[in-house]
Amino acid sequence: MSEVLVLVDHADGAVKKPTLELLTIARRLGEPSAVFIGSPAQGDAVAETVKKYGAEKVYVVDDADIKGYLVAPKAEALQQIASAAGPAAILISSNAEGKEIAGRLAVKLESGLITDAVDVQAGPVTTQSVFAGSYTVQAKVTQGTPIITVKPNAATPEEAVGAGAVTPFGANVSDSAKKAQIVASQPRESSGRPELTEAAIVVSGGRGTGGNFGPIEGLADALGAAVGASRAAVDSGWLPHTYQVGQTGKVVSPQLYIAAGISGAIQHRAGMQTSKTIVAVNKDSEAPIFELVDFGVVGDLHTVLPATTEQVIARKG
Amino acid sequence: MKIVVCVKYVPDAGADQKFESDLTVDRAAVPGLLSELDEYAVEQSLQIKEKSPSPDEVEVVALSIGPAEAVDAVRKALQMGADSGVLVCDEAIAGSDALGTSKVLAAAVEKIGDVDLVVCGMASTDGGMSVVPAMLAERLDLPQVTWGSVVEFQGDQFRIKRDGDVATEIIGATAPLVLSVTDQSGEARYPSFKGIMAAKKKPLENWALGDLGVDAGQVGLSAASSAVEAVNARPPRTAGEIVTDEDGSGATALVTFLASKKFI
Repeated sequence: MSEVLVLVDHADGAVKKPTLELLTIARRLGEPSAVFIGSPAQGDAVAETVKKYGAEKVYVVDDADIKGYLVAPKAEALQQIASAAGPAAILISSNAEGKEIAGRLAVKLESGLITDAVDVQAGPVTTQSVFAGSYTVQAKVTQGTPIITVKPNAATPEEAVGAGAVTPFGANVSDSAKKAQIVASQPRESSGRPELTEAAIVVSGGRGTGGNFGPIEGLADALGAAVGASRAAVDSGWLPHTYQVGQTGKVVSPQLYIAAGISGAIQHRAGMQTSKTIVAVNKDSEAPIFELVDFGVVGDLHTVLPATTEQVIARKG
Repeated sequence: MKIVVCVKYVPDAGADQKFESDLTVDRAAVPGLLSELDEYAVEQSLQIKEKSPSPDEVEVVALSIGPAEAVDAVRKALQMGADSGVLVCDEAIAGSDALGTSKVLAAAVEKIGDVDLVVCGMASTDGGMSVVPAMLAERLDLPQVTWGSVVEFQGDQFRIKRDGDVATEIIGATAPLVLSVTDQSGEARYPSFKGIMAAKKKPLENWALGDLGVDAGQVGLSAASSAVEAVNARPPRTAGEIVTDEDGSGATALVTFLASKKFI
């Protein structure tokens, strides 16, 4: 069976959930080989995690020489592993860095690239959601080694025992790949809440909050949810851009999306339209968001949300 | 300094979009315009020009690939303040994937020559892949300084603030380089009346594939490295239940709904 490369998405050695989803998908296509670009000291711990989700091999690329440079060295390392292993496919998380690595890799390998897959089945055949979620598209790569970037929540991680054989790989990174330097890096403070694109439940606030996200955060915490924001809320400076759900922010597809004080402009809808269950709370009964909902409340979020939160907490006992 | 800003002519996202029988996007049915996210790229290019020690020595060239109508995207950039424009227009390019698009763009940048900065938006508003700037950097063998929300420079040294998921980074490189900017990088200017008039006199060239030395067999739908096999319209969501809140009835109804769906 052919190898399927899965680039491990991690924060300083802590493997992120989308990687487990990619490993599960990789098992449909071949034998998963995780590619960990990071500190070799963390290689064994990473292998322990990924082998529980089917990784047969874990390539470990020491990033000491390359971690100070943007994207290009990782693409080179992946190219070299791919040339040696001849994989059936290469799976990468669909985030900004992942897509850039995938793009450069596609040029290097002269291979087709499909981004933002919401499902991948044997073939590989990918499913994408397009036109603000109004169409789904099935596609295949027709040249070279399929390179596919996959959105979070595309699969439920399935435990499966893999050998997890740690395989150090000495990548030969060119000088030319080291020209864009990471001059400084400030880690994002963890909010303590689930990550927006990975969360099962998202509670988002918009212009209707008037800048007070207390009701949003209260309900999110009662539900164990992530907090999101509309573009209007971000443009008003109420929350940083990383909270933005929408075409130019994050595109999410959780089990439950609650939009409070959000009118539902196309730009926002493009970011959440494929959520399984959609709820909205808005003072304006004409707000376009109500066209999308499974359940809606016409009312003031400043009273409806706290009352909802209270009842949710009471039920949870 | 010579800056090439890549601008894409895209279908209006607000319009009803459909597919043709060959599963390409039906472009004829929908009006087109300069991609909103590329306006930020034009804006930053103009700001770099304006902040340079000798703005008159900085040339901003707006580059686009598309059908004849795509000239509107180039014109808008000229109206905003770009100095000249290039439209690569060739039927053979229709249906190109990102690999084909980046190949043509790279060839055009090389033909323009002596380019210090290639500036792009963070994604197209139709394809939304966000890969072309990285592919351009790869093809042109230039550093990529991408996803910038703030751009600073001194001479040929450029730095951006890049808001990643895990960290906020400062990325730096020496020009020539590929720069991409996000919608957080600063509001794009509206063309002034003076700008609209001045644009009419600015040089605008039309190039075909032959002018770039790119073989037709390397681009277009038939050369694409991925293929759409099927498209399915999502069934429209059935209208949900909407209640009006009265003295807390809204919260109670919502909680009942959430419980019925097993969220609580």
